[in-house]
Amino acid sequence: MSDLLKVENLSVRFEVKRGGGWNKKCYLYAVDDVSFTVKKGETLAIVGESGSGKTTAALAVARLVKAHSGTVALAGENILQKEAEDLRQTRQKVQFIFQDPYSSLNPRKRAEAIVREPLDSLSQKTEVEKAKIVDELFEAVGLRPEQQRLFPHQFSGGQRQRIGIARALATQPELIICDEPVSALDVAVQAQILNLLRKLQKNFGLTYLFISHDLGVVQHMSDSIAVMYMGRVVEHADRLSLFQTPRHPYTQALLSAVPTVDRAKRAQQKRILIPGDPPDPVNLPLGCRFANRCPVAEAICQTVEPELKSDANGHRTACHLI
Amino acid sequence: MSHLLEVKNLRIELTTRDGVAPVIDDLSFTLNPGETLSFVGESGCGKSMTALALMGLLPEKVGRVAAGNIIFNGEDLSQASDQRLRAIRGNDISMIFQEPMTSLNPVFTIGEQIAEVLRAHQGLSRRTAWAQAIELLDAVRIPNAKDRVSDYPFQMSGGQRQRAMIAMALACQPKILIADEPTTALDVTVQAQIFDLLTDLRNQTGAAIILITHDMGAVAEMAERMIVMYAGRKAELGPVDQIIEHPRHPYTKGLIECVPHIQSNPSIERHDLVEVPGIVPSLREFGKDQCLFASRCAYLTEACLTSRPDEKHFANGQSADCWHAEAI
Repeated sequence: MSDLLKVENLSVRFEVKRGGGWNKKCYLYAVDDVSFTVKKGETLAIVGESGSGKTTAALAVARLVKAHSGTVALAGENILQKEAEDLRQTRQKVQFIFQDPYSSLNPRKRAEAIVREPLDSLSQKTEVEKAKIVDELFEAVGLRPEQQRLFPHQFSGGQRQRIGIARALATQPELIICDEPVSALDVAVQAQILNLLRKLQKNFGLTYLFISHDLGVVQHMSDSIAVMYMGRVVEHADRLSLFQTPRHPYTQALLSAVPTVDRAKRAQQKRILIPGDPPDPVNLPLGCRFANRCPVAEAICQTVEPELKSDANGHRTACHLI
Repeated sequence: MSHLLEVKNLRIELTTRDGVAPVIDDLSFTLNPGETLSFVGESGCGKSMTALALMGLLPEKVGRVAAGNIIFNGEDLSQASDQRLRAIRGNDISMIFQEPMTSLNPVFTIGEQIAEVLRAHQGLSRRTAWAQAIELLDAVRIPNAKDRVSDYPFQMSGGQRQRAMIAMALACQPKILIADEPTTALDVTVQAQIFDLLTDLRNQTGAAIILITHDMGAVAEMAERMIVMYAGRKAELGPVDQIIEHPRHPYTKGLIECVPHIQSNPSIERHDLVEVPGIVPSLREFGKDQCLFASRCAYLTEACLTSRPDEKHFANGQSADCWHAEAI
């Protein structure tokens, strides 16, 4: 299938204040030269720990933060160049589901108005058309029609996330970015939302960019996975290769760190502990960013930054030792 | 063997706008020295309330122990004076909280905060307490403890702050360490470090750990026995492996099955996750004479709606409060 989203050499940087003179500028590269593609109708998961740049990358794709360099092509068109009316058209095609359903819904609007808002601001539909779409959306996400008149505080967390999903679907987007869509929910409710997301994907042919730190959820939801560490993609592969043969030492450590109820796995797999903390993102080390915590680092890792290299099957890894 | 802690028929009531609600309803369990016991359940099921009750930290004027006993080393903590509780807290029973940032004092250094515990409970001098704070930080594997001891909390990463919290909780070598979602705010690799540390420290000091969590994986890694809580009541209790293998309460079953557990050899086919429909009932429903899980349960029958289920007992001390436990 064709690539719907193609991100090339994307970088996002933030100016930070550090000591050393009041006019000295420092930059934190939250996303540093990141490339990936998502096929139409599939799900790419970006995993990583806090501070790895996964959310910033997603925000840049949605044009909610400004990219410093690189291109983001949606169906062949670079959306980073778009302005004004063009950008409005693009925003209909890329929608966002946020992490926290408590703070991402306007408490003073009724559910129906929240779901309708993207239509109000982005489309040219009539009121009757909009009302019909809202009705359909409520049904699609499993809410009852009479709940349209309620305010966010009258819903449970799972129901609120359903409203957030309905809002994201309103403009019939091609790409939906899900930023930790279930991490604020109780475990029993998470399953309801994950099943809903998969059902919607099947029914509407949606493409997801799925941001998560929960590897169990990622394994269940994604078709391919990009692992980020300190602003870089360190490994990128399809679902089966990544979980069966993780290659980057960081991915291996990450996978082994997940507590599991699967006793067979616990018995066969030794946990790889990675000591210490990530380096200072403003003063990055010269070589591999993971070198100071890596259990197998060699001399070259301290001095030369590894490139993301692909094998014959498209399994990409950024490590000198592969 | 005598138990380190024995909780008998504990009932805790919270006064809310809608009246008095039993947030813990007839809870009994025991804890042995050196054991890790885990409390599992969704938010609002009474896990943290149990911990607060053990610590004598129920919200004043709102919450109270309405019935039952908390017997620690032969002493009933539910009857103890505030002064006595203050002597026990942080000394014999200590606690680490979920949010390492908000539970440390931002205007004191880590060292001062650890030393304070030692000076208050063990009457150490400023200098010895400080020296011991350094040792403790070293024991929780904070690199360069000698320098880091005079850091303020904001100068540490999340994982380091949680280690500092653990150092503080362990300062007086407590007999019980209560860990309330100790790793929820942390990344998985850091979580693995913290679990590893807690297990090592338990083996060294022989402290019993009460681990409160919503993550079945964490329970399986850390604990020997678990108690599944639902709506203030015990749903199931027993050895962790046995319960995971064969849960006897539909809620436990749901909690285990609804999570997409990571597999080292995933199949290409993916099935829908098992859903536990609905949500935890509101406080108003608590204390009703019926099974509170009934509205979400696939095994629902008439009996579930008319009377509160009895405790059914199984091998190795497993028990489940469900009318259909034997059939599940």
